[in-house]
Amino acid sequence: MSRSAKKGPYVDEKLFRKVSKLNENRAKQPIRTWARACTITPEFVGHTFEVHNGNKFLRVFVQEDMVGHKLGEFSPTRTFRGHSGRKAATPGAA
Amino acid sequence: MPRISGVDIPADKPIWVSLTYLFGVGRTNSRAILKELNIDPQRRAKELSEDELAKIIGILDRSYPVEGALRRSIQQNIARLRDIGSYRGLRHRRSLPVRGQRTRSNARTRKGPRKTVAGKKGVKELGK
Repeated sequence: MSRSAKKGPYVDEKLFRKVSKLNENRAKQPIRTWARACTITPEFVGHTFEVHNGNKFLRVFVQEDMVGHKLGEFSPTRTFRGHSGRKAATPGAA
Repeated sequence: MPRISGVDIPADKPIWVSLTYLFGVGRTNSRAILKELNIDPQRRAKELSEDELAKIIGILDRSYPVEGALRRSIQQNIARLRDIGSYRGLRHRRSLPVRGQRTRSNARTRKGPRKTVAGKKGVKELGK
C-alpha cells in the first residue's frame, strides 16, 4: 500500500538539512547516508550521495529523473552471482 | 466496418464492446466516452452515423492515450526506470517481477518457461 498523500513524501530531515546547507553554500560534496527510505526531492538534484546498502556505501549521483524515487532504489542490497552449473550471470554492480 | 485510431476495426458488436478492441480503452473508458457523447452503448457500431464516429474519434484524440501513443509512453516509462539505474529498472532488465513478488516459486509470467536444472532436488520425481 502506498503512503497516505496527507502526510506528504517522507524526507529524512537531517539529510534534507545537510542538502540545504550545501545548496546555500553552492557546495558539492558526497553525503554519506543510511536514509535509504528518504524520498528524493528536487533540491537533491545534482548532488552525490553515498547510500548504504547494508555492506558499503554506493555512490548515487542524483539526476532530475530520479525525483520522487527513494535513495535506496539506487543502492542494490543483493548481489546475484548466478546459479551453479550455469554460465555465470553478469555480477551485480556491488 | 468503421475505423478508429488507425488500424483498429470494431465490428457488428454493440459500440460499447467494439471500442474496447482499441488498446487503451477498456469497459470503463468505453462507457465513459459514450456517456459523455450521449450515444446509446447498446447500438451496433455499424448503425452509428459518420458524425457520431467523428465525435468518438475526436474525444479519443483529445483525452485518451490509445494504441501507438500509449504503447510508446509505457515503453518510455520503463526506459526511464532503466536509465536512472533504479531497482525497478534493474528488475525490468533482468525480466524478473518488478513489484517485490517472490521468485523462489511462481513468477513464471516474467521468467518464461521453466529451465530445469539436472541434479536439483525434485527433478527425479518429475522424471518418473
